[in-house]
Amino acid sequence: MERKYTKEHEWVTVDGDVATVGVTEYAATELGDVVFLELPEEGSTVDQGAAVGTIETVKSVEDLYCPVSGEIVEVNEAVLDAPELVNQQPLEDGWLFKVQMSEPSQADELLDEGDYASLIGG
Amino acid sequence: MSANVEPRRWGASLEPNLFELGRDGRRATVMPAWDGDPVDVTLPAAYLRTDPCDLPSLSEPEVMRHYTRLSNLNHHIERGMYPLGSCTMKYNPRLNEVVAAMPGFADLHPEQDEEDIQGLLCALNLLQDALCRITGFDACSLVPAAGAQGEFLGMHVIRALHLANGEPHRVEVLIPDSAHGTNPASVVLTGMKPLTIASGVDGRLDPEVVRAAVGPNTAGIMITNPNTLGLFETDIVEVARIVHEAGGRLYMDGANMNAILGKAHPAKMGFDVVHLNLHKTMSTPHGGGGPGAGPICVTAELAPFLPGPTIVEADGVFHLDDHEGECRPAIHAYQGNVGVCLRALAYILRLGGDGLERVAERAVLNANYLLRRVVDEGLLQVDHPDGCLHEFIATGRDWKEAYGVRTLDVAKRLLDYGVHAPTIYFPLIVEEAMMIEPTETESRETLDEFVEILRAVRAEAAADPEILHRAPVHTPVGRMDEARAARQPDLSWLGPCNCG
Ligand SMILES: Cc1ncc(COP(=O)(O)O)c(C=O)c1O
Repeated sequence: MERKYTKEHEWVTVDGDVATVGVTEYAATELGDVVFLELPEEGSTVDQGAAVGTIETVKSVEDLYCPVSGEIVEVNEAVLDAPELVNQQPLEDGWLFKVQMSEPSQADELLDEGDYASLIGG
Repeated sequence: MSANVEPRRWGASLEPNLFELGRDGRRATVMPAWDGDPVDVTLPAAYLRTDPCDLPSLSEPEVMRHYTRLSNLNHHIERGMYPLGSCTMKYNPRLNEVVAAMPGFADLHPEQDEEDIQGLLCALNLLQDALCRITGFDACSLVPAAGAQGEFLGMHVIRALHLANGEPHRVEVLIPDSAHGTNPASVVLTGMKPLTIASGVDGRLDPEVVRAAVGPNTAGIMITNPNTLGLFETDIVEVARIVHEAGGRLYMDGANMNAILGKAHPAKMGFDVVHLNLHKTMSTPHGGGGPGAGPICVTAELAPFLPGPTIVEADGVFHLDDHEGECRPAIHAYQGNVGVCLRALAYILRLGGDGLERVAERAVLNANYLLRRVVDEGLLQVDHPDGCLHEFIATGRDWKEAYGVRTLDVAKRLLDYGVHAPTIYFPLIVEEAMMIEPTETESRETLDEFVEILRAVRAEAAADPEILHRAPVHTPVGRMDEARAARQPDLSWLGPCNCG
């Protein structure tokens, strides 16, 4: 499945019209150890670019943005209990939430692997 | 009993707590038995104690030694340099302590009659006047218990003004991205909305960015001046004009006031409110969780919204005015942390106006001396290396690229050399930030030593980065697991059975 990226260092994978969202490996390393997460409510409707939660690390607290518009259909309960998953497996078990997209074309317009790599200077 | 006796290597073991040290029946003080008439206790039975209170039982010397050992485990300003940027860990002269401990102050009870506490009211009134003179404002409230509470009160006062003017829609507060995290947090607590604005490439606020961000819903702007990059906001007068024309008010976070004492007045820059961190600028003790004091000074327009009771003087007699019938905020009991205020007053009176100006000169000189040396000698990279006020921000970017060590590792290694780490990872807009503030109380020799320590740590990083990754190794405890401490805090001692 192709992975898309945002300037806010989030990744998105799409299955049908459901997008799974997490933070990138780069963000997980740069942010430092995650100690607390605030994730959106299941069932809430969100707009692209809206702040939907926070990620707190030993260094700082950052907003989490929703890369696509739609309805939050699932949040990852496992990372709420064990936020270290975000550092250990940011791309797999450390995913954060899933969005039922209202405008699936938004996902196509996100950054691809190459764009993101040049954004982080890699 | 001869078990486990060994020479005490300091820092070899952490200190047991008072309950673990105590022995049943031991007492530091024995109260005489009550020999008066029985006291009629009218408390409801539910609130009366049936078992004796579980207090630790120790002798006075045991208690003294316990706290002395604890203080030895810690790093503090009386032990060594403490270049914690933005926090202004300056030395606190002992005279301040003597003044605050005078029985005429220390033995008072806040419920005493006004006529019994004239001396204290006079002292507090004097401090309010001094702070108004230092900031150029008209009225002062000593009540806030810390900088963050001063911000909260100050923003509340601005909100109250807009409400009184029939402008409840003014809820947007502009905050530069270099601000301390307490600024947006205080705004949210007052029910208003923080809006982040970007600081310019030179690290300062660009008036055009402010002009583009203000509008009919603008409640105001919060600016730290000098800002958290240690730079003076040179366009502040223009920014003030723009915000005032839009109907907003200007809040100054005065946490960095030690850089400009006597040199610049927040009121003349166009601010409407400022908070001062007495526990930074005025050399009263800081750290360990308080108590602190974050008084605010305001323009005459905002004075009616300050908390009551306020101190008023008539014919040399001081009176606490409750402002009956007015709606004034209450954020702290009585007049705030009075002991902290008294220390600040002692500091101000001892130094006088000229002395306070020299504080600012020295703070800026020391920071610039250090800045020049670490930059010119290739020890630290600084994005704005041309000069600073009381502090400067280095980036550990080059350490990361060259040696694979991060700012956290550098900070930890400094502890091994007996220096407290600078503030790290703040402000957030500087990568791998190290925020260094020597303060005016350090001598040139101490600053030189700090430079040599940095040089030694840099050499270690080049030779063997593992030394930094493993640091600290000479402190009572090694590298803390900060993530676990935040994820699974264990904050209460539940008795000896819990320690096994
Ligand atoms: C710039 C700035 N503003 C506000 C505060 C908050 O002050 P306090 O810790 O007294 O609440 C700090 C504290 O470090 C600060 O550095």
